[in-house]
Amino acid sequence: MCNSNILIKIIENMGKNIIENKDYLTELDRVIGDADHGINMSKGFSAVDAKLDEMNGKDWGSTLKTVAMTLISTVGGASGPLYGTAFLRASTVVDGKMEIDKEDIINMFEQAVEGIKMRGKSDKGDKTILDALIPAFEALKLAYEEGKDTKTAFKMAEEAALEGVEYTKDIIAKKGRASYLGERSIGHQDPGATSTYIMIKSINEVLEQN
Amino acid sequence: MKKIINHKEDVVEEMLQGMVKAHPEYLKRIDDSNVLVRKDAPIKGKVALVSGGGSGHEPAHGGFVGLGMLDGAAAGEVFTSPTPEQILKGIKAVDGGKGVLLIIKNYSGDVMNFEMAAELAQMEGIEVQQVIVNDDVAVEDSTFTVGRRGIAGTIFVHKIAGAAAEKGMDLDDVKRVAEKTIKNVKSMGMSLTPCVVPGVGKPSFEIGEEEMEIGLGIHGEPGIRKEKIKPAREIANILLSNILEDMKLEKDDEVAVMVNGLGGTPLMELYILNREVDNLLNEKGIKIYKTLVGEYMTSLEMAGASISVLKLDDELKQLLDAKADTPAFRIL
Repeated sequence: MCNSNILIKIIENMGKNIIENKDYLTELDRVIGDADHGINMSKGFSAVDAKLDEMNGKDWGSTLKTVAMTLISTVGGASGPLYGTAFLRASTVVDGKMEIDKEDIINMFEQAVEGIKMRGKSDKGDKTILDALIPAFEALKLAYEEGKDTKTAFKMAEEAALEGVEYTKDIIAKKGRASYLGERSIGHQDPGATSTYIMIKSINEVLEQN
Repeated sequence: MKKIINHKEDVVEEMLQGMVKAHPEYLKRIDDSNVLVRKDAPIKGKVALVSGGGSGHEPAHGGFVGLGMLDGAAAGEVFTSPTPEQILKGIKAVDGGKGVLLIIKNYSGDVMNFEMAAELAQMEGIEVQQVIVNDDVAVEDSTFTVGRRGIAGTIFVHKIAGAAAEKGMDLDDVKRVAEKTIKNVKSMGMSLTPCVVPGVGKPSFEIGEEEMEIGLGIHGEPGIRKEKIKPAREIANILLSNILEDMKLEKDDEVAVMVNGLGGTPLMELYILNREVDNLLNEKGIKIYKTLVGEYMTSLEMAGASISVLKLDDELKQLLDAKADTPAFRIL
């Protein structure tokens, strides 16, 4: 139900939105981190963009693996290994597939969540990527269980991710450089959760156009 | 932003080129990488030491590559960890068949990238161990945080583990002395001005004309509190009290002291601060075995300083005194 052409469009749109939000993400990071999230993520997705032609026509697994390895080798910081691990783990469940179904989507999302938990030794409530990604995954799974279609499920995932981003304003950072601020991190939005929201929104935009 | 650069995107590349040109007798650069290694790497039959991290902390870490300290250093973008691919290139270039010890400062990004590199190296059959430096007492050490940051105390780890490797100790033993050094070294810093990351173009945090920030991180992470600027004696007292509260030194204990400049503070002020540190330790009956004053772990143009105290025993004293010959650290 989702062919690999859509994946290329999704990755292209993620890159476009991340690069457009470079200064915004960096500014969020400047307040509670080290002011490089937008810069590093843009660098990573520019490198991914350069490989779009090469990825075109490949199966889901190998495309996601190329994205993963490109992010790991270009982003740096914590975001590179975290997002890289997420894409790499997701790639393993769709290896060789040109078309994927609902179950694959759930498996990919689940692997991405588990990969980030493992690599970052982190969980929901730590003011990280996971505060957007886990609620989005849970919303998506619930939507599918209720028999909703993929477009609706991703719409709900996007809403949950945005709520997750808002929630990061109310909590103390327990991971990453923002954790050094302790209680002073309250009131500030997490840049990692924000970039995750942007990526989920990017998936949605492509699904709506197709 | 006012800096002596060409393009903000090229600062790390051009710095590395300049460093190799300045120190060709010590360093070479691995092709297609941001890794500097000893000119004579790999050294057969010796445990190799690799460190690294974001750029902007010069001379750390490339400046400590040489005899008796590091075999290789991977440089990331400014204040950003190098990628696993880069670190792996460093590991492979210095491996002399006796294993490689990674010396990592405790930041989420550094730990993740170095761990991934270690996994990749092990897959290629290279024995890799790692130690994580967490000397900054300004950060609460708790299971609910990522723990304490690694700052200037890391240089003591480079020196002591480097001497151990040069002496011919095996990987387990080199790791053991590195871990002992980490356990025995505590540091804390303060700043007077923020720094400007070239790619960002504006200060990382704000600080008033009459203020100082206590306990800041070396990436411009805000400290634990801002307060009115005080005389050197009181600054030394604030930093040292926090350090000593944590390490429980007794009368007649021997220590090494490092007064480290963050990049924008004149040596004159570092010497004044050192005078105060020396006086305070003397008052407590603590013996200073060795003193280091200078720029070892900087934070771009930030004005400020950190103090590190390393508690010594006979083994650490001997390794600290051993010969080291690198661009930024020499004991001959």
